[in-house]
Amino acid sequence: MNRFDYIRPVSVPEAIAAAAVPGSAYLAAGTNLLDLMKVGASRPERVINITRLPGLDRIEWLPDGGVRVGTLVRNSDLAYDERFAKTFPVVAEALLSGASAQLRNAATVGGNLMQRTRCAYFHDLAGACNRREPGSGCDALGGENRLQAVLGWSEHCIATHPSDFCVPLAALDAIVEVEGPHGGREIALDTLHRLPGATPEQETALLPGELIVALRLPAEASSFSRNARYIKLRERTSYAFAVVSAAAALEVEGGTIRKARIALGGVAAKPWRAREAEALLEGKQATAQAFAEAAELALAEARPSGDNAFKIELAHRIVTRALSLALEGTPQAMPALPASPFPALSGANHVI
Amino acid sequence: MSLSIGLTINGQPRTVALDDPRVTLLDLLRERLDLTGTKKGCDRGQCGACTVLVDGRRINSCLALAASLDGATVTTIEGLADGEALHPVQAAFIEHDGFQCGFCTPGQIMSAIGLIAEGHAGDDPERIRELMSGNICRCGAYQGITEAVLEAQKTLAERNRRDAA
Repeated sequence: MNRFDYIRPVSVPEAIAAAAVPGSAYLAAGTNLLDLMKVGASRPERVINITRLPGLDRIEWLPDGGVRVGTLVRNSDLAYDERFAKTFPVVAEALLSGASAQLRNAATVGGNLMQRTRCAYFHDLAGACNRREPGSGCDALGGENRLQAVLGWSEHCIATHPSDFCVPLAALDAIVEVEGPHGGREIALDTLHRLPGATPEQETALLPGELIVALRLPAEASSFSRNARYIKLRERTSYAFAVVSAAAALEVEGGTIRKARIALGGVAAKPWRAREAEALLEGKQATAQAFAEAAELALAEARPSGDNAFKIELAHRIVTRALSLALEGTPQAMPALPASPFPALSGANHVI
Repeated sequence: MSLSIGLTINGQPRTVALDDPRVTLLDLLRERLDLTGTKKGCDRGQCGACTVLVDGRRINSCLALAASLDGATVTTIEGLADGEALHPVQAAFIEHDGFQCGFCTPGQIMSAIGLIAEGHAGDDPERIRELMSGNICRCGAYQGITEAVLEAQKTLAERNRRDAA
């Protein structure tokens, strides 16, 4: 790990002023940043600890029924908040399907939004990576790339965004509140993360020094609470990033879909909202045929970036599965294996 | 650059002078405070061997900067036993063969204590396996670990009932 100056601001304005100096990085729990610093993929000269900033660790319910979640709220505290989990179950399920219990206890809301790609070449200093070192090339192209992007990638970068949490947030029109050197502003979560194009190093819409202070979910997003699921395919049962995942949320009336929300994870450099697929479903009967057509449309522009054509078919199936499970209804209790496409083994007798 | 932080470690208040802000909680415990019960496995948050309780919550000590924990209460494997009397989770791991080589065990035990305190598993072995998935055991003692957590949870619940009565 490189040497750095450690700065402990006591207010948001002080933190933002400190971060105005180039080479600065905000530190919350550090579960991603420290990991990257250990391998040298991230080398901030100044680390600004924001964990002591006042007022950023609250879950506040808004008069209209929406919610405002402070950037320092821990992933586990949000997922297990009873009212939050009941109102936005697809978000709670995504949170609990990510990382491990230890990491969820530490990791923050803002940190999850700002986490970097898990592309092995981004982490490996011996490899070329345009995202880490602009202009150096992309060793993932033509390398080990079976888990890389199938949507929105460019010849400059084929990395994916690893967050589970961000997938239902994109589907439910979450808003990110930021404060910065030029004041505060709001960014739709769907536009927070950028596709690589020719500048993969520009990962988010945040300007230098800007700090995420809160996340908002609009009241309208609560109308999906009865029919919403996050489903995630992993290479092992638990504690793994998504190969592909999907959040599906439906408002159904007498078998007819009034509203639909769909987003995919693990397929692109950002959580991938599938608006055309949503529009196709609205007003239609909720049938397997309709769900398959929606999945087809969601992946119409997908193309392999290497040895990963299988992900397109998997993504197609996971969208269909998420939609049909959402139609079955949000489970009364959080499943033993959140987001698992497989039936739970509860009651299995291999432990006596 | 020198930083002074205060920590309560296994019930003991300590003032620690950090000559370097890069020190993780794990390295502070092992290298500077001689508390080597907490193990360094992957040092990347992937194996769980370094699990400790910070303010009662289980976290990976390898991914926490010590400097950022000023004022925190830390419990490590060394802080569990009461003299010769083992903590119920420790006793249950022995009873149920919850380990073989023992390297991951301090992390498993600290994680199990965190899991029981969180109270989300009930008596469902599947939930216990899922909520212990951040602790890897390369000897594959998972069945014993699951049984140990189930029994220790029962023992602790009974003890709490007795204490409340």
